[in-house]
Amino acid sequence: MKLFKGLFEDAPLATRREITPKLGFALTVLFAIVWLIPFLWMVVATLRPASEGINAMAELMPSVKPTLDNIGDAWEIGDFPRYFLNTTFICTGILLVQFVTITLAGFAFARLAFAGKTLIFYLFLMQLMLVPVLLIVPNLRLVAQLGLYDTLTGVMMPFFASAFGTFLMRQAFEAIPTELEDAALIDGAGLLQRIRHIYVPLSLPSFSAFAIISVTSHWNDFLWPLMVINSPDKRPLTVGLSVFTATAEGTQAWGTIAAGTLMVIAPLLITFLIFQKRFISSFVTSGIK
Amino acid sequence: MSLAEPAALPVATSAPPRRHALGRLAASLKASLPAYLLLLPSLVFLALFTYGAMGRVFVDALYQRTTPKAPVRFVGLDNISAVLADPSFTGAVVNNLVYAVGTAIPSIGLALLFALALSRTNAVTSALRVALFLPVLIPMVAASALFLFIFLPNVGLLDYYIGRLLPVLPNWLGDPDIALYAIMIITIWKNAGYYMLFFLAGLQAVPEDVMEAAHLDGAGPFMRLRYIILPELRPTFLFVTVIATLNAVTQVDHVFVMTKGGPSNATNLVLFYIYQQAVEHYDIGKASAATLLTLAALMALTALSFRTLANREGGP
Repeated sequence: MKLFKGLFEDAPLATRREITPKLGFALTVLFAIVWLIPFLWMVVATLRPASEGINAMAELMPSVKPTLDNIGDAWEIGDFPRYFLNTTFICTGILLVQFVTITLAGFAFARLAFAGKTLIFYLFLMQLMLVPVLLIVPNLRLVAQLGLYDTLTGVMMPFFASAFGTFLMRQAFEAIPTELEDAALIDGAGLLQRIRHIYVPLSLPSFSAFAIISVTSHWNDFLWPLMVINSPDKRPLTVGLSVFTATAEGTQAWGTIAAGTLMVIAPLLITFLIFQKRFISSFVTSGIK
Repeated sequence: MSLAEPAALPVATSAPPRRHALGRLAASLKASLPAYLLLLPSLVFLALFTYGAMGRVFVDALYQRTTPKAPVRFVGLDNISAVLADPSFTGAVVNNLVYAVGTAIPSIGLALLFALALSRTNAVTSALRVALFLPVLIPMVAASALFLFIFLPNVGLLDYYIGRLLPVLPNWLGDPDIALYAIMIITIWKNAGYYMLFFLAGLQAVPEDVMEAAHLDGAGPFMRLRYIILPELRPTFLFVTVIATLNAVTQVDHVFVMTKGGPSNATNLVLFYIYQQAVEHYDIGKASAATLLTLAALMALTALSFRTLANREGGP
């Protein structure tokens, strides 16, 4: 926790002043500009009228007569409001169930002694190393057997438990002084009441860090929903965008593709720009644990 | 990661010393019951979609299931040998190795450069960090949509600005010799900013007094980097390498959107091969065999690297 605070505060660390040769900094600035070019092109191309022709498409200088036509076209070709709704539903559903599962499991690991604790802990740890993305084939078969093929529940289900979230909550709960719980215990609070009224309210930063990681990753998920979903009206944003891109590419409507892409990535990017620090520290947490 | 027990097991104090072993076990399980109930919801889903999936991959790999309705036939290791003999699988493995090395080294190198250059926090460096981090947040599918135009022959961004300087305009995604490198550029663009965060965090752990002393002793930037900073960052390097390797095997969305594994299988990666076998050829047996081989390779790799990390941290 202390570690990533340093990412934002300019503490007088000797390492900070001395390790940056000017050349390295100049190179980094150059890369940052290059890194932004795809985004810049996306915005410029979205606002460029189709009448300027395919040869002007690559021009990074904005058109003198910007238009919103591309956004209108993209809105009509792709069913973006529906995709938004589906993705929002998937991310919210996953997150709500995860909150329950990781709180309960995190508490058990943080505060309870039980037989087989180490073994079960390693079972959880295994999920982090198993790379769930690779298990798409057996999981698709299972989802089909459960009758959840082509349902949003089927898309959500494999992510209801999260080893990463459990470890994050375990760490947060361990940092809470036991005296607080003892006091509640004397007042006769049951186990779930203690979790609900003491541990959860005091761990909100960890919950929000987990929420950011969870929503970002499932918002961007593609392969798994592509396999589970068949009906066009159940497509999430990513699958919708890929179909949309394939359709529009055939007609060479690059302004429309840029507009569609912009619509898909705008919500998350805007949220990020508002809560920058939160996002970045959450991403570092996801690695450090 | 160690499991520090806050207190002794309640059963250890409450159970009378002369009790039977079986009785002690029962008492211990009873005392553990609340914990089991709390773990149950997580364990159900982990059992279904992680451990169970592992087991099913293993079993599925032993059977032949070519169509959804065809009778299932036990074939032993035939699927494994069929996959190993399939040139598109071995091709995908080779592609994936090239792709993994070719994306991990540049993106980790760039991440280190960015972190060193932006280790000081001020308005300018913060803005640069945001610029470099933005690609991390967008879906790979969206990145692919943008890069489809960037790589478009003749009129695309790359040819418009740089390609004209080359003697021949390359067909970035259409030429089997170039396509894999083209999709590697997207991955580097997308991941470098992510790995930068870990190096930025790692740099915070470099001891200040050592740096100060090195400075007083007249060690130049290169000496300080070589002898103090890089050794301190070793755990970060290892961690980021593991993440980059896993990413190289699990990120294939750009292959779906941009090349479908082509031209002539030049951009086929292992996970895309698994998808093709399962969804396009309905060959669950082969898909499972390929999954099994990949899982085994990845688990061996991560176990090895975590072991190295643990040894290094525990050692002198």
